[in-house]
Amino acid sequence: MAGILGTEVVFGHKMPQNYFPVGLQDPDPFKLFNKDKEMVVLNDKPWNMEAKAHLLNDDITPNKYMFIRNNGKIPENIDVSTWALTIDGESVKNPKTYTLDELKQRFTKHTYQLTLECGGNGRSEFNPPAKGNQWTVGAVSCAEWTGVRLRDVLEDVGINPDAVYIGYHAADTHLSGDPRKEPISRGVPIAKAMQNETLLAFSMNGEDIPLAHGFPLRLVCGGWPASTSGKWLTRISVRNKVHDGEKMGGSSYRVPCETVAPGTKVDDENMCIIESMPVKSLITFPKSGALIKNGQTLQINGHAWAGELEVSKMEYSIDFGSTWHNCSLKESSNRLAWQHFKASISFPKKGYYEVWARATDSQGQSQPMVLPSWNPKGYLNNACHRIAVKMV
Amino acid sequence: MSMKPNFEEQIKAFVSVLAIFLLLMLVLFGGLFYFNNRKPKINFEEIPVEANKEDYDKVENGIHLATGFIDDEGMQATIQNCTACHSAKLVTQNRMSREGWKAAIVWMQETQNLWDLGVNEELILNYLSKNYAPTDKGRRQNLEVAEWYELN
Repeated sequence: MAGILGTEVVFGHKMPQNYFPVGLQDPDPFKLFNKDKEMVVLNDKPWNMEAKAHLLNDDITPNKYMFIRNNGKIPENIDVSTWALTIDGESVKNPKTYTLDELKQRFTKHTYQLTLECGGNGRSEFNPPAKGNQWTVGAVSCAEWTGVRLRDVLEDVGINPDAVYIGYHAADTHLSGDPRKEPISRGVPIAKAMQNETLLAFSMNGEDIPLAHGFPLRLVCGGWPASTSGKWLTRISVRNKVHDGEKMGGSSYRVPCETVAPGTKVDDENMCIIESMPVKSLITFPKSGALIKNGQTLQINGHAWAGELEVSKMEYSIDFGSTWHNCSLKESSNRLAWQHFKASISFPKKGYYEVWARATDSQGQSQPMVLPSWNPKGYLNNACHRIAVKMV
Repeated sequence: MSMKPNFEEQIKAFVSVLAIFLLLMLVLFGGLFYFNNRKPKINFEEIPVEANKEDYDKVENGIHLATGFIDDEGMQATIQNCTACHSAKLVTQNRMSREGWKAAIVWMQETQNLWDLGVNEELILNYLSKNYAPTDKGRRQNLEVAEWYELN
């Protein structure tokens, strides 16, 4: 409980087990979720909140700067002592249920830094505009997640060779209040589910997962749209077909299989599920709008990531993309973690500049300078990040 | 023979009965008056509620403060039908054509338990397509700097 609230609950031991303190019902979202006041609330029913580029400067994103993307209502009355995860579906030999304690005790724990980016990060730039939360650049994080491998648990349950996909089910509730409806139930192909880094996580940055991020158990699939990382996890179904849960179909987290002109209406059967997120980067220092003195060098730094791939090159431009210069780029601390870059920039004379950042992945794909391929819901905007600087 | 004293006694008895009766009436009506006019505790709580109602309707610079909606014909119907399930922010941050808003309503009716909007649908669509219409943003917009600051 202290982990969620970020403070000790005095007399907390006298609180009934399934009681959630009034503090968690606070209408101030910054206090409620322990977020920095500079975070931007996009939506309060359901809660959606994003960071600004300069808030994401830490190598490992702390909770206070981590974006929130919720589809339904956060579950109430969470009782850790009775929390359980059921593995079922067409492709399990026999369904099996584990308590949270059993998961922690029976399987080896692993810790990874994992980049989670909302599929709709950058949606606000699309033209014609796309429906949904108008994310700018801040729906991305890279925290340190600890848990057990989904693979280890699936192997313990025993799955059939016809397994195609896993789909998660969770304790959050539908906005309409209809108990038969799930707000979201997505998943990943079995190959992604079996990766070393795909975790059933119970802690984030060394503490209990904060409530808004999936306490007490979350599926974490780094490098893929963050909607595949189901929060408040109660059940995983091993499917013999592509999972057909809520927000797996229609235009949800899907883009046209073949590129279309901006504004085109695309039929459902011509839409394909987003898998790995594309190459992208953010300048996290300095904050856009820096005034620097004539002759002063500017140190920039930030992060770059490429979904399932690595970032192999990081460049910056101060002349609107006419010339590019290399940044120094670190290797990731583990696969699927973002990489850190920095550069020292000299400007030739006084004036207005934009610093543009461009990452290239291990398959030679670079970030575009303008908006990438338009799609009906405005996903996958990986256009280069820009900050404004004036030398005065 | 005993008429006189008996009459006096009768008067006395009548006066005392009348006095008791008047007293009871006074207590009864006084009490009723008191209870009728006494401000029950809940009234004190209703005062801020009344104030909140006024606050709720407050419009500043054409914006309905409680929801952030643009104050225009159809706003009340939009609030009543669109903010029961989700935040007004989900509406106000989006820009769509009339067809786009219509498609969003149909999607919510088909998948999210939105009810039939009846005669309000026309009113809501007019309101949304007028006040939350898309503008051409091009392929990349100019950077907007909220605040220039000295970097040392």
